[in-house]
Amino acid sequence: MAALIEVRSLTKIYHVGDVAVKALDNVDLSIAAGEFTAIMGSSGSGKSTFMNILGCLDQPTSGQYLLRGTDVGKLSAEELAAIRNRHIGFVFQNFNLLPRTSALGNVELPLVYSHVPAKERRERSLRVLESVGLSGHEEHTPAQLSGGQQQRVAIARALINGPSIILADEPTGNLDTKTSVEIMAILQKLNSDQGITVIIVTHEPDIAAFTRRRIIFRDGRIIEDFSPQRRQGHNPGKSEILMSKSEANPKSKCSNNRNIIV
Amino acid sequence: MFISTSLKIALYALKANKLRSLLTMLGIIIGVAAVVAMVAIGSGASAQIARQIASVGSNLLIVIPGATTAGGVRMGAGTVTTLTLSDAKAIRGECPSVARVAPVWSGVAQAVYGNQNWSTGVTGTVPAMLSIRDWPLEAGRAFTEQEVTAAAKVAILGQTVVKNLFGATNPLGETIRIKKVPFQVIGVLSIKGQSPRGDDQDDTIYVPITSAQKRLFGITMPGQVRVIMVQAKDVDLMSKAEEEINALLEQRHRIQKGADRDFAVRNLSEILAAAQAAYKTMSLLLGSIALVSLIVGGIGIMNIMLVSVTERTREIGIRMAVGATQNDILTQFLIEALALSLVGGIIGMLVGITGAQIMAKISDWPVLISWQALLLAFIFAAAVGIFFGFYPARKAAHLNPIDALRYE
Repeated sequence: MAALIEVRSLTKIYHVGDVAVKALDNVDLSIAAGEFTAIMGSSGSGKSTFMNILGCLDQPTSGQYLLRGTDVGKLSAEELAAIRNRHIGFVFQNFNLLPRTSALGNVELPLVYSHVPAKERRERSLRVLESVGLSGHEEHTPAQLSGGQQQRVAIARALINGPSIILADEPTGNLDTKTSVEIMAILQKLNSDQGITVIIVTHEPDIAAFTRRRIIFRDGRIIEDFSPQRRQGHNPGKSEILMSKSEANPKSKCSNNRNIIV
Repeated sequence: MFISTSLKIALYALKANKLRSLLTMLGIIIGVAAVVAMVAIGSGASAQIARQIASVGSNLLIVIPGATTAGGVRMGAGTVTTLTLSDAKAIRGECPSVARVAPVWSGVAQAVYGNQNWSTGVTGTVPAMLSIRDWPLEAGRAFTEQEVTAAAKVAILGQTVVKNLFGATNPLGETIRIKKVPFQVIGVLSIKGQSPRGDDQDDTIYVPITSAQKRLFGITMPGQVRVIMVQAKDVDLMSKAEEEINALLEQRHRIQKGADRDFAVRNLSEILAAAQAAYKTMSLLLGSIALVSLIVGGIGIMNIMLVSVTERTREIGIRMAVGATQNDILTQFLIEALALSLVGGIIGMLVGITGAQIMAKISDWPVLISWQALLLAFIFAAAVGIFFGFYPARKAAHLNPIDALRYE
């Protein structure tokens, strides 16, 4: 089974004035469909930059990014927008919801850009909002919702178009511990029940503990890539450090994982 | 489907900043209102002239006596009378481009009825005059060729004369005295209104030309006439008719090549057309000045849209992150600019129409609001919106998604 995400010699250089900063330095990595991965590292380690490139929000300076075998670097802006619309769901630390727009309106937004008729948009959005436990809050604007509720709206928005990947950049960074656990549980459930590939960026080990694979960045390089389950002997998967080509049945992984969390 | 959604988003964004949207629209409102009002006033003026042209008579040429040279002293045009009834007859008979001819012998005289009297212009002419001037009778009948030949004492009155001599009495069949000569009233002319020069055209009495010559004003040479009114067969034949008349009268009056003519042919419509063209130029000028303010209004829109794009950079980033293409963003901001300019355009039109009507009331200017002018103003407002909205919209569409998302 080919990797869902595969990057080769990915490099990103920022220019701050005359100084060139290497945010990513020849990163090689592959992530299989159905994985639940945490990308960790201190601030400035390049983990967010890496995430933005994975999300087709940013382009690398050099190197290749293959998404389902397609070289993303060769796609037009239009095609990148379509990928963000249909295949990737974003969850941000600061939620990034449209202010003055209802929860329903925010969740509908991706459907607007995939030209779904208004009636169907509404129906689908209501269903997804319900699935993240926000029934009754459809007409509330972000300002009328708590942080945890806002993040649920953001997750609903990420899910609305049935993406294969959810990218969450510090999804619990602005939330208290209890809410963080709730949000992580939702993400975990999506991974285990629907087989959605979830990648989260975090610097909190507690949050990373929910995942099955941890990739640690420092100074733009991956310094560690491990799967705790394997170390504990629970997971017989074949994931390897640096070039993981997991062929394990995601279902079996999920059941393993659920035991750990619940 | 997407357009309607974009429209909803755009209107929502405009509603969120009501005062700002209104101030932005103000430029367009003033511009469109100015264009509509200026064009209404300009075309009102030229329409009035067109009406006056029609009231004088269509395809009308006037032959007037010209300057003569008496003992080396050249006299002004019209100082002597050199035209005759036979000239008129010859023009009618020999100029193929001419439809009708009416010679005129006129003067000012006092008309008396009962104890009322009124001084007015008395025009001696022939029946063809009424057709030439496109002037129908309101009551009674016109005099006939026989009455002209017989120098009959019959008269047709203009409305002003009727009002002053008869008041509410029916003048038909009554006898009035013009210069003490009794004339029977056989017809009443319909209302004609002002001439292009501002004269009251209804203040007139028409009598057979022979009666005017023999019974009222006298003549110094046989068949003498003051002017000859000529109607060309078609508007395109007017200059041809003018040439024919010139050639004929030069020959009849034995004028040498290069010598001064003792007559002149005036083309009244041409003079009026020139005046009309002048008004058109004026309204074009006013319109273009107004257009400048419309462009200034457009710059206002561009300015505010640029502010809006900067302000909403994050929103643009969010939209892009969930799959908005550059085109989607471009459309959204273009529609916003378009909505601003079109709503402004509609308000401007209403203001312009009201303004023009108020101006018409106050200054008594004729205004004419044409749907073409309104359409033009509307299209211009839309064009301004698209033109000045494009740059900010493009700027928004070309934002890098990640930069837009990170924008603080």
